Amino acid sequence: MTHTTEVLVIGGGSTGTGIARDLAMRGVEVTLVEKGNLTHGTTGRMHGLLHSGGRYAVADQASAEECIEENYVLRDIASHCVEETGGLFVQRPEDSDEYFREKLEGCRECGIPAEELTAEEAREVEPYLAKDVKRAIWVPDGAIDPFRLCVANAVSAENHGARIETHAEVVDLLGDEDRVTGVTVRHESGPGKREHQKVGSTEDIHAEYVVNATGAWAGQIGDMAGVDIEVRPSKGVMTIMNCRQVDTVVNRCRPKGDADIVVPHETTAILGTTDEEVEDPENYPEEQWEVDLMIDTLKELVPILEEARTIRSFWGVRPLYEPPEVGSDDPTDITRDYFLLDHEDRDDLNGMTSIVGGKFTTYRMMAEEISDHVCNQLGVSAECRTADVPLPGSEDASVLDEGMDRFGLRSPIARRSANRLGSRAEEVLSSVDPNPVVCDCEAVTRAEVQDAIEQSGTDLNAVRIRTRASMGNCQGGFCCHRMAAELHPEYDEPTARQALDELYQERWKGERHALWGEQLSQAMLNYALHATTMNRDADPAATGGVDYAAFDDGTDATAGGEGERGVATDGGDHGD
Amino acid sequence: MAISDDVLVVGGGVAGVAAALAASDRADVRLISHKQSTLRSASGLVDALGYAPDGDGPIVDPFDAIDDLPEGHPYERVGKTAVREGFSLFDDTVGDMYRGSHTDTNALVPTHGGTVKPTARYPASAAAGLASDGRDALLVGFEALTDFDAPMAASHLDAAGVPFDARGVTVRFPGEFRADAKVTRYAHALDRDENLDGTPARTALAETVKRYLGDEERVGFPAVLGDDDPAGVRADLEAELGADVFEVPMGPPSLPGLRLEDRLYKALEEAGVRVESGNPAVGAETDGDRVEAVYVDRGRRKVPYHADQFVLATGGLVGKGIDSDRDGVREAVFDCYVPQPADRYDWFEDDAFDDHAFARFGVDVDRDLHPLTADGSIDYDNLRGAGSALGGYDFAAEKSGGGVSLATGYAAGDAAGAAVAGATDGATIHGDTQ
Repeated sequence: MTHTTEVLVIGGGSTGTGIARDLAMRGVEVTLVEKGNLTHGTTGRMHGLLHSGGRYAVADQASAEECIEENYVLRDIASHCVEETGGLFVQRPEDSDEYFREKLEGCRECGIPAEELTAEEAREVEPYLAKDVKRAIWVPDGAIDPFRLCVANAVSAENHGARIETHAEVVDLLGDEDRVTGVTVRHESGPGKREHQKVGSTEDIHAEYVVNATGAWAGQIGDMAGVDIEVRPSKGVMTIMNCRQVDTVVNRCRPKGDADIVVPHETTAILGTTDEEVEDPENYPEEQWEVDLMIDTLKELVPILEEARTIRSFWGVRPLYEPPEVGSDDPTDITRDYFLLDHEDRDDLNGMTSIVGGKFTTYRMMAEEISDHVCNQLGVSAECRTADVPLPGSEDASVLDEGMDRFGLRSPIARRSANRLGSRAEEVLSSVDPNPVVCDCEAVTRAEVQDAIEQSGTDLNAVRIRTRASMGNCQGGFCCHRMAAELHPEYDEPTARQALDELYQERWKGERHALWGEQLSQAMLNYALHATTMNRDADPAATGGVDYAAFDDGTDATAGGEGERGVATDGGDHGD
Repeated sequence: MAISDDVLVVGGGVAGVAAALAASDRADVRLISHKQSTLRSASGLVDALGYAPDGDGPIVDPFDAIDDLPEGHPYERVGKTAVREGFSLFDDTVGDMYRGSHTDTNALVPTHGGTVKPTARYPASAAAGLASDGRDALLVGFEALTDFDAPMAASHLDAAGVPFDARGVTVRFPGEFRADAKVTRYAHALDRDENLDGTPARTALAETVKRYLGDEERVGFPAVLGDDDPAGVRADLEAELGADVFEVPMGPPSLPGLRLEDRLYKALEEAGVRVESGNPAVGAETDGDRVEAVYVDRGRRKVPYHADQFVLATGGLVGKGIDSDRDGVREAVFDCYVPQPADRYDWFEDDAFDDHAFARFGVDVDRDLHPLTADGSIDYDNLRGAGSALGGYDFAAEKSGGGVSLATGYAAGDAAGAAVAGATDGATIHGDTQ
């Protein structure tokens, strides 16, 4: 099986989908392949901060300027993915005045609106700040949903004719040592990959040009091409709290360090992070000290975090890159800037460019630059329009408020659905009747789950990232099985059951790192519901071999009165 | 006036109720509970032992398997006779409301996910649904009730190899209900036989289902068939459908669990047990080897509840009798010792259904159910533990929660009552523990 395309993009994160959208809008024929879900790699494992640039305003001003520029663009084109929370850089008594001044000046030098607040003013913005904080700087940080943003980019690309193929892992590059002419992908079965095209088969995709947008995995594609791409993956932990202890992004105002940010995100708050170089972007230790560090350090800024309920922790890897001649020892010293590696200039290998480094906030700018580069190679002269054309779902903010009574939903649910769906709310919510809530914690309705299933097949983790279903307090204990049931009857029962098992295990993986207090209690309840009430841990459908005849069939029951077996109360006319 | 009783039971779940009932014929008993019991989260099935600790099962006869349980398991602690006494206390208390007492053999009950699980006692409402019964079954789900997908459950039962044909249909519950109506809303409509678009609810539901009913002799519904009058609802549906009707137990909020809770509390009332709920027990006053009082937090002040004998039945991690933070796990009221791995990352395993240490968290007890300190000595002479507050067993994997609560609740309450009545040694009261 073969397929031919103009440009083949490897990687379904923010950068890859951004490139696919950009090129498709310029009229280029694009195919994007991703080995897992969209957002499977780094994009799906970030803390959801839309940088103002304040974070980099002292040490990395080029990045800071890019951030504030893109921050404004994303508020425009992706309003349904952005929450304009604002952000604070908070100084504690032990943090240096000099750095505080440098931060304030740095923001202003980079064009980032920044305002100094007294401790009292800062606490008016964020009542839970520690009593002894000294002062703060307000900046326009925000929260952004990377899942929805990435999906919106992919949908836009598809609307412009692109082919987006998830669960398609690149297993080889086509071409020779002088030129890359495409890739071989494997539509392999495996976790989360059942109902997708041509399962188990391989496909050659020929392309005039290949873009390697695999981030921390770029070196692995480089290896296939025989070129050296020295990405330095660096892991960071993020810990999710069960509610928003803060409504503003809270940063620690000090030069650098672990555990220095709290980002409000939908119904939760996310604590971040650590910065530790790792060998392999897939396999690295997830350590207890990292989780403890988040709470122990960030409680100095927001004391109630010590008592708050933690629902899960997850780790992501940054695709850090620095030119080989720099040679930093500490990953926190490596620039967050991005690099376009044209393998023709660099390695005498035609037909492929890699993009490495960079930040989520500037994904669109990176995509624009690489798309310019690719168009240049292809002789396409169309202009980039991605900064001006809204993403699907955000065209018309007014529709967000519609549909409350009309869809028979309680208003908070309708509002949250509408927020998630943006301008697609009416189309999606009117498609299902009745439209009950499937996930109570996050107020996700059947219509949204069905809509996500249409987009992503049986991969319930893909449904999860589109809808937030199973991402709340109960971590799927109350709704995983309901989500799986939504697959049936379109997909058969064994497929739905397998999808349930995978989602449940995935939820468990992150929850394990938060097992104390309320969340340990919740974990035991989830375990009891799924093992005791549903007997999913010893399901005879999986284990087989039950001698049904040996068990009580109720026939000798002596309890009298109502409804003896086989005797209906009307005297029994049920036809045997 | 100071509060003082012969026996104070702390905790209002199955174990606490069993303890209070067992003690009540020889002593004045008070039961205090904080919130609703975890019964609203439970299926309403009362399990004895469905799987051995090594995973073997489903077990046909739980009483046969009890002898092989490891030392320290609550059943090993109290002995087989106490398990029988616990179940017999339960059977006397619930009467016709439950089935299964006619045999030692476990029943296999279809669950709302479509698998089957072994259990010792099942509500009469679930009796016609047993998986060993060879009659074909029609399962009926409601469009807006996301917890039970009847066609998928039927297909799952088929995959589980049940000896009958199961077929599932999804219907719209008659009348105008909100998409997010609570299960109790359906139950009350059926209880009151409300007029739904001109037809009484029970008739309207039967008519809705009738057109889908083929040769099946039994029809299964999600467990929403009435709260106050489930037998009446079922009887009317059976009459209209001409088939047996059963409920498939579901997760929270569970009507079978709530009905059981109602019945148990009615029994407490009949037994003259004083019941107080709404305020948490937060600590205890002790004097050397004895507990003097339990403190209840009434908001403004801590009130001491004095007694001669105390039963710790505050539940496990779910019921919050066992509490934890990042540094460790503890018993919440008496601060009894809870064995635990020192490293928090050893509390769990990598897969969701692996053998987790946390699932066994609880206090260690001797064979008289006295909680033990870290060095194995008795914590307090007049304190006994029962139910999920006990460690050393994984009720979820074993399907043993209800039985352990009954057996240990019975044994703890019986011993407490005997101690009050002046018996020299509570341990001799309940049989074969030595």
